[in-house]
Amino acid sequence: MRLLAALSGGVDSAVAAALAVEAGHDVTGVHLALSTSPATLRSGSRGCCSKEDARDASRVADVLGIPYYVWDFAEQFRADVVDDFVAEYAAGRTPNPCLRCNERIKFTAVLDRALALGFDAVVTGHHARLEHGVLSRSADAGKDQSYVLAVLTPQQLAGTVLPLGHLTKARVRELAAERGLGVADKPDSHDVCFIADGDTAGFLRSHLGSQPGPVVDALTGAVVGAHDGAYGYTVGQRRGLALSVPAADGRPRYVLSVEPVSRTVTVGPGEALDVHEVRCTRPLLHAPLPASCAVQLRAHGAVHDCVVRQDGDGWRLSLATPARGVAPGQAAVLYDGDRVLASATSA
Amino acid sequence: MLREAVETVTAAVTAALTAAGNASSLHTAGRRARRVVEESREQLAAALGARPSEVVFCGSGTESDNLAVKGIWWARRAADPRRTRILASAVEHHAVLDAVEWLATHEGATVEWLPVDRDGRLHPDVLREAVERDPSDVALVTVMWANNEVGTVQPVRRLAEIAHEHGIPFHSDAVQAVGQLPVDVATSGVDALTLTGHKFGGPLGVGALVLGRDIACVPLLHGGGQERDVRSGTLDTPAVAGLAVAATLAVERQPELHARLSGLRDDLVRRVLTAVPDAVLNGPAGGVDRLPGNAHFSFPGCEGDSLLLLLDARGVEVSTGSACSSGVARPSHVLLAMGAAEDDARSSLRFSLGHTSTTAEVDALLEVLPGVVERARSVPARR
Repeated sequence: MRLLAALSGGVDSAVAAALAVEAGHDVTGVHLALSTSPATLRSGSRGCCSKEDARDASRVADVLGIPYYVWDFAEQFRADVVDDFVAEYAAGRTPNPCLRCNERIKFTAVLDRALALGFDAVVTGHHARLEHGVLSRSADAGKDQSYVLAVLTPQQLAGTVLPLGHLTKARVRELAAERGLGVADKPDSHDVCFIADGDTAGFLRSHLGSQPGPVVDALTGAVVGAHDGAYGYTVGQRRGLALSVPAADGRPRYVLSVEPVSRTVTVGPGEALDVHEVRCTRPLLHAPLPASCAVQLRAHGAVHDCVVRQDGDGWRLSLATPARGVAPGQAAVLYDGDRVLASATSA
Repeated sequence: MLREAVETVTAAVTAALTAAGNASSLHTAGRRARRVVEESREQLAAALGARPSEVVFCGSGTESDNLAVKGIWWARRAADPRRTRILASAVEHHAVLDAVEWLATHEGATVEWLPVDRDGRLHPDVLREAVERDPSDVALVTVMWANNEVGTVQPVRRLAEIAHEHGIPFHSDAVQAVGQLPVDVATSGVDALTLTGHKFGGPLGVGALVLGRDIACVPLLHGGGQERDVRSGTLDTPAVAGLAVAATLAVERQPELHARLSGLRDDLVRRVLTAVPDAVLNGPAGGVDRLPGNAHFSFPGCEGDSLLLLLDARGVEVSTGSACSSGVARPSHVLLAMGAAEDDARSSLRFSLGHTSTTAEVDALLEVLPGVVERARSVPARR
């Protein structure tokens, strides 16, 4: 096959491309330039858009002996991922930018472009298994990324090759070292790549400005504090509430809900976060749903057995065990064992 | 470059390598190295119609441009603090563009980017108007000899005359011109001229600034005072020797190369416009107004980097705009300055012909180009 390998400059995409080459495919490497003002060096483990990462990607292509290009998707990334991230927080929801980047950039813009240029599929270094169109969890449970790939449509999955699904991260690093790839011991990337210093609240404040409002206790209805912007809070959050009035019952308070129009952050005791039912929109079915399955509500989060019922255009999930702190905007991914059955967005 | 020329340049570099010594040292080995440097200086000066004392060797075309722009600006302002204005064409190479912008940001220079016409040419009247608005505050004028992207040759002699009427120094980046066009420093009237070795078959990593003897220039690098105190640092003797030999050969062969390449280029342009009827040639139609080996087109509905990838996979090596460190193709400032819309700027490709180019290669390009353009048109546009 003619394959386009997306090379981030990290070890996973490097080994994915190497395995594709060794499997006899005709592979071309591309690095996606996603930042309009890339930093020269990456700061710690953050980011995948620095010039250092671009150099690492080009060195991988050199070692593998494959053509290598840089594709500029900075404008599209800003509009579809960064602006979306800010808008979602402004609307009181909790977005997952990696999932959005997969959905809109890697497996839409890049895949469409690759197919139009005559490639058969895109190869990435995601840790998930994809065999005959069936998406399932990685052999490395700790690194599994099937959650952030579950939003891909069957057509998108048909144009995708994931060579790392049966490998652990440790094995991927060994394979990189065996092949003389310089990125073998490069640190994993964490956090949001476009927030270089990791300060999400500061990033949102610089985009959305100061929007002061009250913090209200759900049990008493009393104003117990003030904030500078409701977008800085997410359901389930406990730290950084800075309440001026101690809770009446003396127990810790958590964010229960964020209401952007009235700028109200409601807090309450931990058990008030427990939900037994999750309403979802934007359902995407990969396989027929059995009578009962399991749902995961955040990346690397807990899995709950559940029953799915149709609810208008969406679904209503009844959970066997309560989930704590489900924010609107989070992805709900349904599994049967390791196999991805469906994805949806919590309302 | 031709095999025989490669051998001559290699022999010069090798001879200088085996005669290695520090050209600044006083002992025998130092004298031997210094002799190589000074002979190279004379040779390069002769090739360019300059005097040996005007040749300042340095590490690259970029360094030469930076030295000229910053050094002359600093010296002119030191002599008269009113002189802060830089007049530069809007189509300069980044080595000039970014040096000028740096002076504006960090040193308080005021900059006027002089507009060009649709072919990328700066009209002498445009420069005259800008100078005569207030000749007393102009520090320097810098206009490239020929453009690296669209090949436009600038009327350098007439532009330099206008600057000289008001005693203003004139710098020209001639990196693209040496070996491609007749370049004679004395008759051109330029006060400072930038060139680099690898553009005419010399070694990489060596360049020169031909700097008039009466042009004051503050150094970028301070140290041992080499190169008449303008550029300190031990010279790379083998590279300097290679540069001089390559320049001599390139200048000797320039008329013949020009005739052959412009013929091949005109053939390429005619055939591309026939094969892809809506393709647009950017820059001058040809003749003496354009670098002989340069052809530059916009292919409406295509993105340049799609065309590049598709042609590369079929063995045809082309460029989008100018090569940049990050590898990201941005719409070219040159095309935008020529009045192109951003989409047209993104849809452009540069074809460069050189010593080794043949009709068979043009044939091979034309065989694949229509199919490549058609496929590139099906690629969804990016924002």
